[in-house]
Amino acid sequence: MSAPLLELRSFSTHYVSAGGRRVVRAVENVSLTLDAGQTLGIVGESGSGKTTLALSILRLLPPAARIVSGQIRFEGEDLLGKSNREMRKIRGKRIAMILQDPMASLNPLFTVGDQIGEPLRVHEGASRSAAGQRARELLAAVRIPSPASRARNYPHEMSGGMRQRVVGAIAIACRPRLLIADEPTTSLDVTIQAQYLTLLGELQREQGLALILITHNLGIVARMCDRVAVMYAGRFVEVGDVRTIFSAPAHPYTRALLDAIPRLGQGGGRLTAIDGVPPDLAQLPAGCAFAPRCPQAIARCEVDTPPAFTLEPGHAARCWLAGPEAR
Amino acid sequence: MSPRPLLDADGLVKHFPLRRELFHRAPGVVRAVDGVSFTIEVGRTLGVVGESGCGKSTTAKLILKLEEPTAGTIRLDGQDLAGLAGEGLRRYRRSVQAVFQDPYASLSPRMRVRTIIAEPLITHERLPGAEVARRVAKLLHMVGLPAQAADLFPHEFSGGQRQRIAHAPALALAPKLVVLDEPVSALVVSIRAQILNLLRDLQVELGLAYLFIAHDLAAVAHMSHTIAVMYLGRFVEIGDAKAVASAPRHPYTQALFAAALPSHPDETRAEIALAGEVPSPIAPPAGCHFHPRCPHALDRCRTVAPALREVEGRRVSCHLYDAS
Repeated sequence: MSAPLLELRSFSTHYVSAGGRRVVRAVENVSLTLDAGQTLGIVGESGSGKTTLALSILRLLPPAARIVSGQIRFEGEDLLGKSNREMRKIRGKRIAMILQDPMASLNPLFTVGDQIGEPLRVHEGASRSAAGQRARELLAAVRIPSPASRARNYPHEMSGGMRQRVVGAIAIACRPRLLIADEPTTSLDVTIQAQYLTLLGELQREQGLALILITHNLGIVARMCDRVAVMYAGRFVEVGDVRTIFSAPAHPYTRALLDAIPRLGQGGGRLTAIDGVPPDLAQLPAGCAFAPRCPQAIARCEVDTPPAFTLEPGHAARCWLAGPEAR
Repeated sequence: MSPRPLLDADGLVKHFPLRRELFHRAPGVVRAVDGVSFTIEVGRTLGVVGESGCGKSTTAKLILKLEEPTAGTIRLDGQDLAGLAGEGLRRYRRSVQAVFQDPYASLSPRMRVRTIIAEPLITHERLPGAEVARRVAKLLHMVGLPAQAADLFPHEFSGGQRQRIAHAPALALAPKLVVLDEPVSALVVSIRAQILNLLRDLQVELGLAYLFIAHDLAAVAHMSHTIAVMYLGRFVEIGDAKAVASAPRHPYTQALFAAALPSHPDETRAEIALAGEVPSPIAPPAGCHFHPRCPHALDRCRTVAPALREVEGRRVSCHLYDAS
């Protein structure tokens, strides 16, 4: 069996402020493996640490963030041991990222053709004309009609859906092995979202990309992902393959999330709301962070933090009720 | 038997003139709403779905009288809104309230919850202080918060509680109709469910009618009795929520619901690829607005705009159903 493409082991990132007195545990003890060509969905609500985790992999964290423990291995190399200079050669070339708001990722003063060609000129030393030629091919690859004339457009001359395709074209320009997409379709309309997700899936197959999809939307996970990690208060509370997570969730938080969304084709029964709100990551409760909101919490949950219990190979949950004593 | 209509909108049109620019002799108009008719009954919900720019928020503004219609009439309890002035208009504004996207933005950080909720009571009704306090406590109870909440500032509450507070002023004047424009799209999943449940409970308790506008199809289908699907300023399909959501008939509705995300990985929908993007409402296509993107377009669709007609328990505007 070959080594995974990406592997995180007991990885933690904290934000430290107020001279070290305030510590926000944004990512706590996260482990994951991702194979080439696989799609992993990371779901969680805002503030659960999903984006911090993605930025940690790329080492693009803001100055207040500290990687306090763990390892990140990508294609067998230790990313945490790399210098900034070495990381710059990895970002955009071997690992690319797509952000939520395409307008914020694009420079309004340059044509989209120039911006798609830029990573090729930087990473591969392509000439201006070669980069321009490749930019037109990439626009065609993300299914933008008349790519030759579109390459001369500025971002404001395009619709939201098209801009996000341009961002996709920039991301795949250097044929990365791993693409991290953080809420890539949140700003798009339903039909445009569907088109974009289809495109992402096709690009992934054509290029053998591994994909990490960060989203709060379980529908996107159901449609796109092979594996799912459910994140709550900085931790992976449940990890498993997508069918297991949707059909037999083991963590009460996963179950609650699935019950909280209205479904098409089901009558308008009451939704199961989760009482309360996610905890402050600077003042986490003792024990399991979900315990104060958990309908099934037992005394132990408020004292001891549950480890990740393996229910079957590839399916684990951080919940005492999933442990051998409770089963 | 159909319940009594509370609100009756007939042939609503809203055109926004484009600003005249130098060297441009004939500025056009944006046809934001281009002839829509609907009714909302007491205690029922009309959900309007459609993509950005289809005119759903402009429709909401017309109902709230934040915009004047270019043509068409709006009647509440049989009374025409166009003729209202003075006390009649004030009564209309009390009867029709609104909750907008990101309601938290509508809470002043410098006012106590008491002041925020009491504001409409003070503006519209002359009540003694003790009565205002009693009403504020009752409204807080309605949205599921303790009476002590009145003394606090918005920042002292959690996200879910703030959402509840934001709904209280809209209920203060015992409205008949509440316009909900994307009321939950800014909320995290767990809080969204709390608010959708709250809106349901309030509807049953108070007999409220809702005009519910959202781009989340599953949320609209969950909340609505009737669904209207809007495309470039017109309704392409309107009818019973279950019928429209489970067996859409207009090609645009079909594409829209086919694009909805699945709720389980084994749930696969046959995707319907639409050509291109939504055209500009400044120069909408002739005939059926949808024909350039429609996979089933006929010759007639390019020239003749189809009327809404009865098809299998709902009304659809599409030439494919002309024969039946």
